[in-house]
Amino acid sequence: MKKHHKMKTGIGDKIFVVCNTIFLTAFVVITLYPVLNTVALSLNDGVDAVRGGIHLIPRMFTLKNYQTVLNQKNIITGAYITVARTVLGTVLALITNALLAYVVSRKKFVFRSQLSLFWVITMYVNGGMIPTLILYRNLGLTNSFWVYIIPGMIGAFNMLVMRTYMEGLPDGLEESAQIDGAGDFRIFVSIISPLCKPVYATVALFVAVAQWNSWFDAMLYNRMASEYTTLQYELMKLLNSVMQQGGTANPGSTAQAAVTPMTVRAAATVVTMLPIICLYPFLQRYFVTGMTIGSVKE
Amino acid sequence: MKAKRISWKELKNQKFLLICTACFVVYGIIFYYLPLGGWIMAFQNYKTKDGFFDSQWVGFEKFKFLFSDATFLRVIRNTLAMGVLNLVCTFVMAIVFAILLNEVRLAIGKKFVQTVSYLPHFLSWIIVTGILHDALSSSGIINELLVKLGILDTPINFFAHKGYFWPIVAFANVWKETGWNAIVYLAAITSIDPSLYEAATIDGAGRWAKIKNITLPGIRPTIMILLIMNIGNVLNAGFEVQYLLGNGLVKSVSETIDIYTLTWGVSQNDFSLGTAAGIFKSVVAIILIVAANQFAKKTGEQRLF
Repeated sequence: MKKHHKMKTGIGDKIFVVCNTIFLTAFVVITLYPVLNTVALSLNDGVDAVRGGIHLIPRMFTLKNYQTVLNQKNIITGAYITVARTVLGTVLALITNALLAYVVSRKKFVFRSQLSLFWVITMYVNGGMIPTLILYRNLGLTNSFWVYIIPGMIGAFNMLVMRTYMEGLPDGLEESAQIDGAGDFRIFVSIISPLCKPVYATVALFVAVAQWNSWFDAMLYNRMASEYTTLQYELMKLLNSVMQQGGTANPGSTAQAAVTPMTVRAAATVVTMLPIICLYPFLQRYFVTGMTIGSVKE
Repeated sequence: MKAKRISWKELKNQKFLLICTACFVVYGIIFYYLPLGGWIMAFQNYKTKDGFFDSQWVGFEKFKFLFSDATFLRVIRNTLAMGVLNLVCTFVMAIVFAILLNEVRLAIGKKFVQTVSYLPHFLSWIIVTGILHDALSSSGIINELLVKLGILDTPINFFAHKGYFWPIVAFANVWKETGWNAIVYLAAITSIDPSLYEAATIDGAGRWAKIKNITLPGIRPTIMILLIMNIGNVLNAGFEVQYLLGNGLVKSVSETIDIYTLTWGVSQNDFSLGTAAGIFKSVVAIILIVAANQFAKKTGEQRLF
């Protein structure tokens, strides 16, 4: 087969392969370089880094930036809150979305199509930023940790991904369990859920990444409550200080003369993205399935 | 739905499902439907101390103010321009990337490129804009390359020039989402019948010919459905990057409807005006998605509903 292929390869195909290789190599370089550059900056002396010219290897190696980051109280608080919201938010979102998807995927259920429509509408129509803010204020969700967990818990997209998967399961399993006298809740827990592990993993991944990366909710709802700050929001404040100072060597406090906003931000960035970079390559199978199911509509 | 008789026995048997439904409906009404009721603020001069019931009614005055405000009109232009530019760029890049990656024969190479391509999707916009800021700063790699290649004499500050802002935002979106968006196309390409390619090879078709005549038509339905889904989102594509990268110097091209809403609604405490701007956005989004769907129906393409 391969030999056959080679024989037929014309000059046009050879040019194609060369161009394609160049294109994809450039793609990889453009994707990876900025990330690796940030790692190099985070390990470099702050004042020295302002001179520029640092690419993939630090010029004046130091761990001071990381020390500074890990000594900042708000960053530590932010890390705790971010981990807490990611874990709790993912677990709760998984349970509620799975249950909703289960209810909606029961073919015999009398209000099946109405409930489904009720949720699909929420994908297209929403109240907008200000009415939502006022609602959360009235519900006492602002200046509280729960604003990260409760409002976004159930989402139509995640529900649809799970529903599509559940509808693809054979009906026979459920029927035989029903004959054995199992109720709907038992069927959900002991028949359907074990079979849905792949799609649960997918949705858990989507929710966890969204929770980890979220910053706007911390800014909009918990601006006044610094005890509920998140890692990303703290990172945003660092970014702002870099942009305002334009990267010039202007260390705020003389006690830490070797660090600048630029390198401290780089270190905070690495701390924030490290868990994700370490985990995502192993979860590829799951998000590829999820994206493929999610795009097949209705 | 269609006057199907629901017996009491049936309802009793489905007790668990009904209780769950009740909870989900209550949750949905509170968090998704109740904010829609807040739209009445747009027709009031809403004051927190007066609430929805005692605030003064002003009719369409807030909307009149919006459409006579030069800033708001500029903000609509910015949102639409960046939304369309982002949509076109990310769409084309994802399709091109998926097709080219599919042509790679070396399995390890393909896997490696694909794994790398997903990475930016998992990073937050805070991180992406920070990285972008480093790369484009006066001591960053882009200026360094441009100076070395003799294209520039001295480094320029990309964030201070209005002309660069939209392309920077488009590039940021392409950088972040190309690999992720390509997943769907790669899946669609896999489902194309391999015998088509074999037949084409026997007929002596080159790679270009196969891409043009087999791959592209094969993923056409996927392209259309994603296009429709994304057209409704054109106005949503304009907040985080613009908010994080915008600055006083480029404000006239960087401000979007969402930023306008945030400025007026939250910073200036004019909830009514912020709500009115939000309603405008929602209505336009619904019109766009329905129009795109109608268009697809007319041309006999796949459609959403």
